[in-house]
Amino acid sequence: MFDWRWDFTLNILPRLIEATGNTLLAAGIGYAIAVVIGLALALAQRTPFRALTLAVREAVEFIRSTPLILQIFFVFYVGPQFGIRLSPWVAGMIAIGLHYASYLSEVYRGGLDSVPRGQWEACAALNLSPARTYFRVIIPQALPPSLAGMGNYLVGIFKDTPMLSVIGVAELMHTATAIGSESYRYLEPYTLVGLIFLAISLPSAALIRAFEAWVRKKLGMTR
Amino acid sequence: MTDQDMSKYPLRLADDKVPMVRFMNVTKRYGDLVVLDSLDLDVDEGEMVTVIGPSGSGKTTVLRMLMTLETINGGVIYVDGEPLTHMEKGGRLVPADRRHIRRMRANIGMCFQHFNLFPHMTALENCMEAPVHVLGLPKAEARDRSIELLGMVGLEDKVDQHPARLSGGQQQRVAIARALAMRPKVMLFDEVTSALDPEVIGEVTNVIRKLVDQHNLTMLMVTHQMGFAKEISDRVCFFYDGKIEEQGPPSEIFGSPQKERTQQFLSAVLEAG
Ligand SMILES: Nc1ncnc2c1ncn2[C@@H]1O[C@H](COP(=O)(O)OP(=O)(O)O)[C@@H](O)[C@H]1O
Ligand SMILES: [Mg+2]
Repeated sequence: MFDWRWDFTLNILPRLIEATGNTLLAAGIGYAIAVVIGLALALAQRTPFRALTLAVREAVEFIRSTPLILQIFFVFYVGPQFGIRLSPWVAGMIAIGLHYASYLSEVYRGGLDSVPRGQWEACAALNLSPARTYFRVIIPQALPPSLAGMGNYLVGIFKDTPMLSVIGVAELMHTATAIGSESYRYLEPYTLVGLIFLAISLPSAALIRAFEAWVRKKLGMTR
Repeated sequence: MTDQDMSKYPLRLADDKVPMVRFMNVTKRYGDLVVLDSLDLDVDEGEMVTVIGPSGSGKTTVLRMLMTLETINGGVIYVDGEPLTHMEKGGRLVPADRRHIRRMRANIGMCFQHFNLFPHMTALENCMEAPVHVLGLPKAEARDRSIELLGMVGLEDKVDQHPARLSGGQQQRVAIARALAMRPKVMLFDEVTSALDPEVIGEVTNVIRKLVDQHNLTMLMVTHQMGFAKEISDRVCFFYDGKIEEQGPPSEIFGSPQKERTQQFLSAVLEAG
């Protein structure tokens, strides 16, 4: 019995579109955290300090091998036992940001390793400082080969934001579930959520590829 | 750097005539493999010394140690009378720290077989990067200096091109200009024409010829171009198995080599063409 109600659909659409804003915000903030912390994690594994390298490696491995949902619960529910009381948004952003930071650090590591050794040697021969070497020479060249992986994880974090609903972040999934329990109708809200995710995810792959080409061109690295 | 008795090495060179570069009893190992064995080599100020020898004989390693891209396992290298690989501490020589190395290697510039230009910067940006951010030159001054050097190597019309848009010979000339922009006292060339198509080798050798004629640079060059080495060198060192087998003016090394290995090597490469 397929019973789709258009009047109900139009009714709930504004609420879902508003929640889409929260979903995009959560994905955006989480990704921004992941991009920056991920770089720090990647660079920390390239210092001469063996202990730091090993500690960061283990932490990254640990985060990558445990479920995101567990990490979200952990930050939100276990935190308070240690006196760390965080709002759902803050806890959610920390958990999802760190989770994706550990994945992005692996992407960066691959990108950094792909920069030829001769580039490092040229920097040394020109006496560039370590900071200048990284930020002006190595990272710009590590960027283009990292972009595809970075793009995948951008879509990934977007699709993982529904997990934040379990701690009460009012994103799309949370809102759709709330509508369902108020109206006892789940077909329309969940279908709309699926369509909204599809509408945003589908074109992003093409956009990311275009962005990658644009960056390569900007850096003068096209032949 | 496990040298037994550092006291035999002076804290600085203070003869009447201090060489620009001195390798003193320098040893380099990779694991058990001894790549350079107690090397002694002086290069005087303004001298052009060419290093030739079979592949794997340690030629590149000599340059890389001097550029401080490799640490050494014994001996001391001096540049302009001061220790490069070591520094003075409490009246004796100890292995150099990063700061000392950074200060000393400002004296040295190097060009590589594969150019190693920064691909995301234009020719001009490649040349300006270190003068601005290492020497602290004002941008305008660094730009003038870089444009002048790019002009000297014949690339005044390519300053705004990225390396991907330049031929191999042009890229190597940018790399030479980039190294010169730091005003080094010593320039190192490691097979700078080996990766080039034969028809553009001349544009790079011409630049090096110009440097020899017009500048009082001290140069150490590894090359497989025997004709060029013969023409341009003040002295030629033939390396064999991590040692200098024979050295002397090019006329002697190429005209009447004394050692059998030198003769064999030269006849082999001359035969190969
Ligand atoms: N990073 C390294 N690790 C181990 N062995 C090396 C390394 N670099 C060079 N070697 C070895 O050192 C020797 C000398 O190398 P090199 O100085 O490059 O010779 P050349 O430039 O005369 O061909 C070779 O046997 C080479 O295999
Ligand atoms: Mg070599």
